[in-house]
Amino acid sequence: MTAEPVTTDQSALTEDDVRRIVKEELGTALRKDTGMRTGAIVASKGTLDWAYPPLILANAAAAVGMQVSVFFTFYGLNIVHKEFERKLKVDPVGNPAMPMPVPMPDLVTAMPGMVSVASRMMKKKFADKKVSSIGELIETAREMDVRLIACQMTVDVFGYEQSDFLDGVEFGGAAAFMAEARKSNLTLFV
Amino acid sequence: MSETTEDVLVDARELMCPMPVMAATKAARRMEPGQILKVMATDKGALSDIPAWAEANGHEVVEQETVGTDLVFFIRTGTPD
Repeated sequence: MTAEPVTTDQSALTEDDVRRIVKEELGTALRKDTGMRTGAIVASKGTLDWAYPPLILANAAAAVGMQVSVFFTFYGLNIVHKEFERKLKVDPVGNPAMPMPVPMPDLVTAMPGMVSVASRMMKKKFADKKVSSIGELIETAREMDVRLIACQMTVDVFGYEQSDFLDGVEFGGAAAFMAEARKSNLTLFV
Repeated sequence: MSETTEDVLVDARELMCPMPVMAATKAARRMEPGQILKVMATDKGALSDIPAWAEANGHEVVEQETVGTDLVFFIRTGTPD
């Protein structure tokens, strides 16, 4: 049995109608494209300043409708460690871009205790400007169903246990991450 | 001031990127298609973020105004694909 051919009154469709219909259909099809809806981010750094970009971008990607996975590897593991508050610090040494309240010679910034001073300063500055804390960004990411994946190899190398990490963190290898990443138009290495 | 009335209000004033869109996302997920979401923000990034977020999710910014330092958006929620 063959379906009845669909007959439409060709004269009733203007060129504008056709353009609009094609645009709508294309838009719908593109929104359903897996590549456009999937994102894969690698978080490889373990300092307070570098913890922000992967989390902010993961949240923003989830907000625009993407399924996002963040792969935490090497020092990036600090971000999803239960003690991330204590572990994430910022060091003015070797970071000439870091703004100082007063100009300071490198020798001063290298003094003991400066790392915790700088870390406290940065947290306060961010809090004053109402920038979310790392904890808030992680919590929002989880609410958005962002997958947080810790690299099993570096977990072992650093002598961590799976129980050292936040609840909901998954564990996986590079190949498992790549299997996800190959489907994504968006892949970022931070 | 706008005459539009909203079904849901998200007050994201004082919040910084990406939190205004995160708050809008959470609200929109609980809404029916065709309802009006009002988002208030003070982060100037919202001027580009909220319309981009709306477009990506099939929502429509039907009205936008600036009241003092407040950026106000009225968004008609779209149909989830």
